[in-house]
Amino acid sequence: MKDISNRTILITLWTLTSKEIRRFMRIWIQTLVPPAVTMSLYFVIFGSLIGPRIGEMDGFDYVQFMIPGLIMMSVITNSYANVVSSFYGVKFQKSIEELLISPMPHWVILLGFILGGVSRGVLVGIIVFCVSLIFYPEFEIANLGLTLLVLVLTAILFSLMGFINAVFADSFDDISVIPTFVLTPLIYLGGVFYSINILPELWRQVSMANPMLYVVNTFREGMLGISDVSISFSLTMISIFIFVFTSLSLYLLHKGIGIRE
Amino acid sequence: MRTKLDNFALEISDLNKVYSGGTQALKGISLKVKEGDFYALLGPNGAGKSTTIGIIGTLVTKTSGTVKIFNHDIDQNVSIAKSILGVVSQELNFSQFEKVIDIVTTQAGFYGIPKFVAKPKVEIMLKRLGLWDKRDDQARTLSGGYKRRLMIAKALIHEPKLLILDEPTAGVDIELRREMWDFLKEINNNGTTIILTTHYLEEAEQLCRNIGIIDHGEIVVDTSMKDLLRKLDVQGFVLDLEEPLKEAPNINGFEIRLEDPLTLVTAVSKKSSINNLFSELNNIGINVKSMRNESNRLEELFIEMIKK
Repeated sequence: MKDISNRTILITLWTLTSKEIRRFMRIWIQTLVPPAVTMSLYFVIFGSLIGPRIGEMDGFDYVQFMIPGLIMMSVITNSYANVVSSFYGVKFQKSIEELLISPMPHWVILLGFILGGVSRGVLVGIIVFCVSLIFYPEFEIANLGLTLLVLVLTAILFSLMGFINAVFADSFDDISVIPTFVLTPLIYLGGVFYSINILPELWRQVSMANPMLYVVNTFREGMLGISDVSISFSLTMISIFIFVFTSLSLYLLHKGIGIRE
Repeated sequence: MRTKLDNFALEISDLNKVYSGGTQALKGISLKVKEGDFYALLGPNGAGKSTTIGIIGTLVTKTSGTVKIFNHDIDQNVSIAKSILGVVSQELNFSQFEKVIDIVTTQAGFYGIPKFVAKPKVEIMLKRLGLWDKRDDQARTLSGGYKRRLMIAKALIHEPKLLILDEPTAGVDIELRREMWDFLKEINNNGTTIILTTHYLEEAEQLCRNIGIIDHGEIVVDTSMKDLLRKLDVQGFVLDLEEPLKEAPNINGFEIRLEDPLTLVTAVSKKSSINNLFSELNNIGINVKSMRNESNRLEELFIEMIKK
């Protein structure tokens, strides 16, 4: 079986990835500014105004406790939103035909969109961290390696989920249902604003079934050095889900589900 | 003209497509298009033309059969096969919010052409298709004709050996259609094999050397344009008269009808001579001021073929 060269594949991957990055940078006022504004409001209201009345959470100032959770919330929503809207957009405009007719292998198409989502997720995470320094300038990252690892893995995981959502989407409604009715409630109840240790035993156990709890707490371990869950278990689960969603995405592309007639 | 008519640019064997709703769009079609050819694939709406093109470009999943592009099977050597194929789809398929120059440069990148190599190629292509002055415009702001040109620029930027155009001149004005014809003739003369579907039968007659007619998912005709036109027995003529008539004249061997008092319409078979008709008309005092073909010859044949 003959195939195209590795150099050609690299050029196609770079072309698609840079196109994806150019897309969200071109509409920066819709993609990069809103998370900075929204998170500033969270920091003002929950950090500066209400935070001092709450006191400490797991031994940290409330605003300091919130920072990793709010960064994760932004990374999850933005990496997901980038891929789901971009991939559904190319389906809707039929420009997906440009990709499908080209010699680009399926895994390059997937990787190009995921790298686009990861780029936006990580960039927004950095922006929100910079905003948080305005409200808590003395913040120090406890474990930079773990922080960056979880940041990237989370962006990959939710980019993949956005991709799968876009493959099955038939209308613009379909790309907002999951973020609105599934992701947002799970994120809010996933330990962004509180430690599950303050919950009654029953709700603490229920919270343990929320996958967002593991993502948020592993990131908090990286930034603050505290977590409600086992880090090795969380990292293993994130990796397994990345593997499963990657395999599913490649299967969908191979079968042409949602993209070929 | 550079043609290598012993090699096949496209070989389709026993191609079937059944859509998920149960519609059988293709019923085991087989087709061969030689390298260097300019081939017309005609058929009424829903005949299976776009499904065939979709399968060749891997936009539609085939149910069974094989497709080879320059001997590269689209199942076994898909990337190689696709790297030498260019497709101009019927519907616009580019991002409406990007600049013209970015769309074509990105398309080159999807075929592994690095930006520094693509840049001069894109400039030549956009200039050739009259798009250079529009290069920094967002695609959505272009007129319909310019959007069609952009589709062609995109499909040609990687210099495909086989170019398939699915109704490329649909909805464009006569002047632009003629320009596109000249352009397509030029790239075919330079060695690119072209397969064209069109509803303008004049277009197929002007451009193509060979022709296939597809109907209800089956190839009903696959022959040269010359052979097909040779089969045409009867040709229609419209005669504009100098003096008005009340009824159509009765002339042995010719079917004549009076369209209006100053216009006669007649069908002349190949066995008869148009001179005979003129002399008969002259004998009964009817003078013809001017004459023109009633309709496109290929159009008549086409309707005849798909009626069978």
